[in-house]
Amino acid sequence: MANKNESSQQPRDESRRQFLKYSGTAIGGVVVGGVIGGLIGANANTDKKDEAAQPDTGKPAKPADRDYNQALMFFNQDQFMTAEAASERIYPKDDSGPGAKELGVAFFIDHQMASAYGMNAREYMSPPFYKSEATQGYQLSFKRRELVALGLDSLNVYSMDKYQKGFPDLAPEEQDKVLGDFEQDAVNIKGVPASTFFAYFLNLTIEGVYADPLYGGNKNMDGWRMRNYPGNQMSFTEQIDKDDFVKMEPLSLSDHLEIG
Amino acid sequence: MATKLPKVPIVIVGMGWVGGIIASELTKAGHSVVGLERGKSRSTQDYFHVHDELRYASRYELMQDLSKETVTFRNTSKLRALPMRSYGSFLLGDGLGGAGVHWNGQYYRFLPYDFEIRSKTIERYGAKKIPEGMAIRDWGIKYDELEPYFVKYEQMAGIGGEPTTQANVGAMSKAFPVGPMKKTPAMKLFEDSAKKLGYHPYVIPSANLTEVYKNPDGIERAPCQYCGYCERFGCEYGAKADPVVTVLPVAQKSGKLDLRTHANVTEVLHDGKKATGVRYVNTPTGEEYIQPADIVILSGYLFSNVRLLLLSKLGKPYDPNTDTGAVGRNYAYQVNGASTNVVFEDREFNMAMGAGALGSSLDDFNGDNFDHSDLKFLHGANIRFTQTGLRPIQYQPAPMGTPKWGAEFKKQTLHYANRTLTVAAQGSSMPWRHHYLDLDPEYKDALGLPLIRLTFDFEDQDRELVKYIAGKTKEIADGMGGTKTEIHDSIKQYNIVPYQSTHNTGGAIMGSDPKTSVVNNYLQMWDAENVFVCGASAFAHNSGFNPTATVGALAYRTAEGIAKYLAKPGSLV
Ligand SMILES: Cc1cc2nc3c(=O)[nH]c(=O)nc-3n(C[C@H](O)[C@H](O)[C@H](O)COP(=O)(O)OP(=O)(O)OC[C@H]3O[C@@H](n4cnc5c(N)ncnc54)[C@H](O)[C@@H]3O)c2cc1C
Ligand code: SF4
Repeated sequence: MANKNESSQQPRDESRRQFLKYSGTAIGGVVVGGVIGGLIGANANTDKKDEAAQPDTGKPAKPADRDYNQALMFFNQDQFMTAEAASERIYPKDDSGPGAKELGVAFFIDHQMASAYGMNAREYMSPPFYKSEATQGYQLSFKRRELVALGLDSLNVYSMDKYQKGFPDLAPEEQDKVLGDFEQDAVNIKGVPASTFFAYFLNLTIEGVYADPLYGGNKNMDGWRMRNYPGNQMSFTEQIDKDDFVKMEPLSLSDHLEIG
Repeated sequence: MATKLPKVPIVIVGMGWVGGIIASELTKAGHSVVGLERGKSRSTQDYFHVHDELRYASRYELMQDLSKETVTFRNTSKLRALPMRSYGSFLLGDGLGGAGVHWNGQYYRFLPYDFEIRSKTIERYGAKKIPEGMAIRDWGIKYDELEPYFVKYEQMAGIGGEPTTQANVGAMSKAFPVGPMKKTPAMKLFEDSAKKLGYHPYVIPSANLTEVYKNPDGIERAPCQYCGYCERFGCEYGAKADPVVTVLPVAQKSGKLDLRTHANVTEVLHDGKKATGVRYVNTPTGEEYIQPADIVILSGYLFSNVRLLLLSKLGKPYDPNTDTGAVGRNYAYQVNGASTNVVFEDREFNMAMGAGALGSSLDDFNGDNFDHSDLKFLHGANIRFTQTGLRPIQYQPAPMGTPKWGAEFKKQTLHYANRTLTVAAQGSSMPWRHHYLDLDPEYKDALGLPLIRLTFDFEDQDRELVKYIAGKTKEIADGMGGTKTEIHDSIKQYNIVPYQSTHNTGGAIMGSDPKTSVVNNYLQMWDAENVFVCGASAFAHNSGFNPTATVGALAYRTAEGIAKYLAKPGSLV
């Protein structure tokens, strides 16, 4: 995918040195040493990465085959399996690269449900709750994590009812049909706001594909690579006015921290 | 029991751009100022890990915590307003620097026409051109009077722009202090097409600094790195002009600013004629304080400004039924929605790269720069192509009709991610009698005080504007050499769910008539001469531009007015 030769366009010219000088000293009386320290390091590290497959950061090598972050914080096993299967249908593996499953999206969603976001912590959740116009947005006391868990359970209930199998065991076309029915509110399960659940789940899947790998999805930044997204580079000053498309090996927040 | 503190000369409520500018100007002149900010302190140090789309753009890390306070909304006064429970249409600032920390930095002076919109409309088209219920009025100030204050903001922030401006916008007495942003290939395509059509495009003036710059206060800042994490993010380089790296350090260095964060102001205290101070809660302890002051400045953004006036029973509340009173009237917004996408099958653009204020635009269809005789709307829009850094969670371009998920969705959105350019319009928003702010009768904030209630909808004026302007965006997009274009030319009801713009205006408008305006052209309150209500709350309508240039200029003028008032109290006009 990303062309290694094109990838390390690290600015090295006069204006950049000047920039570093100015930001390193004081910006409006505010010294930004921590940030700039990371910045200089990040560039050095990228260069190294380009030269050798193993970044020589002076730290012991990590067991590359094991990701201790891949464990559950909120879902039960059925919910997790269902989330994995459903997200894969929303963002399937194809010629261009991995799908949601390989990208760790179900772990991402699980972790999000255990976070402030899953609990609507920074949202106005005070009563009273009234029926709303569509233009007024979500108006229920039911929280995001509750809705997602209920929705995943319901995917299974509906699949059992329709195909006598759990959602993860259905054929892909059947899974698509079930998801489509939820999207269109064409399921008749009492007390489940199917399309609201589907909209949240769709959104969470996209987030899991493209959020920084820090959150458990977008594994190895492959979500970014598929659309030639360079992740979080520190600077595009040298590339911004180039006529040709510049492919870059993406960087993540973790790259930024290692050296900071 | 509230603790009463010793009296101070000046207290400012809200430390964003407006509070910061006024604090800086007054402390430089030797006045002591107390600055109250309900949120936390901030510095560039906080942005070490800021390139995180999920945290900052999708989860609104820097914005007001809605669990503590929000607004309620309804489309018409016949409906029950309900709280904005999660973010959507607009994003409210919180903490030191306010929304100035996470703005884009697109910088536009309003047009001379804006300040005299009513008289100029009548002069050119006759009084009948203004439809029943549309509440446009002159602002009580002319462009030429405000011009020197725009210059002050530009010099302070280091605005970068072309050396000369187009003839169809207000004249500048002094050129921008630094040159324009770099021009990307896509900006060139936009400008070339627009020029061929006889229009007058220019690189958007930018508060993302374009070169190392030392401002008149001695503040030196580094240039923008086009990092693509700008709108909704803080700038780790201090390259984006924000109050924390420009005006606030100046005020702090003077030794005259007593800055108190976590100080949530709940009331302006007054004796019926003048303010005597403010009441605030120190949020970490819940302790209440009374801060007596000679002058009270409200600069907490319009929702907070108007809410505090109403909670404090200061000024006459607006009554839409009788069209009397002033506090809450003329709420306006921004009419977006006119746009055309142009796709390129054989070419990719570096859409991930960009800066908040990077782009080109034109004003041939803004203000009254074109003939409205046969059109069913007034004013217009700034038409633009921007390259702000398109991040993958929030940006999923695909041709119309593409499914929202599944194999085809993946294929199309990956293919078009870097192949889609958008020519869009930022439309003006006219005020109407039935669009206003008041206190919600039912919903309360975390302290038990009523929330502000917003009653607003799009009108035929807006739908006509979008339709006409969209045609112009298509004309330009068609000439950009792409494979195909797709126009978006209709808007329906105003919906608070999708993000549109944080350019809310009005509610405490300026004017020359104390009956229908809250403040005079120094933003001094008619009903309490020692209260200044500042920010976009003073706008009598919203132009086809981002607001902060005009917000900033008015703040500089207010600072000057306050200095005059300190020397000689009384009405400044
Ligand atoms: C994503 C985004 C992009 C934008 N891009 C642009 C752009 O490109 N160009 C442009 O011109 N404009 C832009 N804007 C708008 C711009 O940010 C605002 O116009 C500007 O920041 C307003 O400044 P202000 O000082 O009036 O208010 P704010 O920045 O909102 O500051 C108000 C401050 O007051 C505090 N406060 C409020 N109430 C109280 C209280 N009761 N007690 C104590 N403190 C209180 C708040 O916490 C806040 O810190 C953008 C806004 C957003 C959100
Ligand atoms: S685009 Fe420029 S101004 Fe904006 S955050 Fe990045 S470096 Fe700062």
